[in-house]
Amino acid sequence: MPGKAVDRDLEQRLSEIRESSGGSVRVDQIGEVVQSLLDSLKGDLTSADLRIYQELEGLAAYIRAAKAEIAQLRPQDIKEHFISSASDELDAIVEATESATNDILDAVEAIEAVAAEAPEEINQKLSDLTTRIYEACNFQDITGQRITKVVRALKHIEDKIESLVKALGGEAAEAAASPDGQPPAFFTHGGEGEQELLNGPQVSAKANKQDDIDALFSSFD
Amino acid sequence: MAVDKNMKVLIVDDYKTMLRIVRNLLKQLGFMNVDEATDGSMALQLLRNAQYGLVISDWNMEPMTGLQLLKEVRADAKLKGVPFIMVTAESKSENVIAAKEAGVSNYIVKPFNAETLKTKMSSVLGDF
Repeated sequence: MPGKAVDRDLEQRLSEIRESSGGSVRVDQIGEVVQSLLDSLKGDLTSADLRIYQELEGLAAYIRAAKAEIAQLRPQDIKEHFISSASDELDAIVEATESATNDILDAVEAIEAVAAEAPEEINQKLSDLTTRIYEACNFQDITGQRITKVVRALKHIEDKIESLVKALGGEAAEAAASPDGQPPAFFTHGGEGEQELLNGPQVSAKANKQDDIDALFSSFD
Repeated sequence: MAVDKNMKVLIVDDYKTMLRIVRNLLKQLGFMNVDEATDGSMALQLLRNAQYGLVISDWNMEPMTGLQLLKEVRADAKLKGVPFIMVTAESKSENVIAAKEAGVSNYIVKPFNAETLKTKMSSVLGDF
């Protein structure tokens, strides 16, 4: 009987998906199964069958629409450009504050060395002031720990987006790719003309050093 | 009994700037004999190889945290009596309770000032 054959096919397909997916099923696979189910319902339909058929058809349409909407959000872009770049920027903040704190501490230690040779009264006043600077430098540890928490949260979001892209399947991943391969405008000020040139401070590993700028500048002579 | 300011103090923190700040504050308080470790396991190694009069440790470090270090210290017959002050940004009540149950001598929340450090050290070591 054709109906039974379709049932068996469907059962086999579900079994294959269950074995290959390890518990998580891609959205396009759900679509395939719903479509197979719809195919199996063709023929003599009772009113109950018809209602199920309509519900399933609605469900399939809903999944297609959701898939298209999510693809429009370009999740791959979010993962590759937004989150990755935001993490780099946060790491750069930690590095910069650590470096600045060390510079401050260098200066304070030098002041202490000078204070040691000063008269007792001045030495004491300078000591009180340097203590306040040491206390203020606590900020580097606290901001560093807070930023580390944010980076962890971003990593978690990145993992979730990775799962979402996988669930959407290859078609959605293709749709998600940036058409020109360029990072989204979020990392520039956007707009036209001069605004398009404004990118803010660069992550130090990627930034031009003064020597690079000088060389480029000289190349115009 | 007067506090011996020549005693060895071990400070433990994974932020090198923090080690530098605490070292300088201790220096201002007259404690010059200070060693540093950047995590619990390094600290434990130093503690087993020399006699320290005080440990001032951060909590949130890898691979061995300050709490794990504290537990190791309290479980070690030779080290269990060493005064141990936790200096950390972890300020939830359950953190303080866990540290207290593990045998911490006192607890300082970051950011802290020199006066707090001195007060807590005095409460552990005696006035200086």
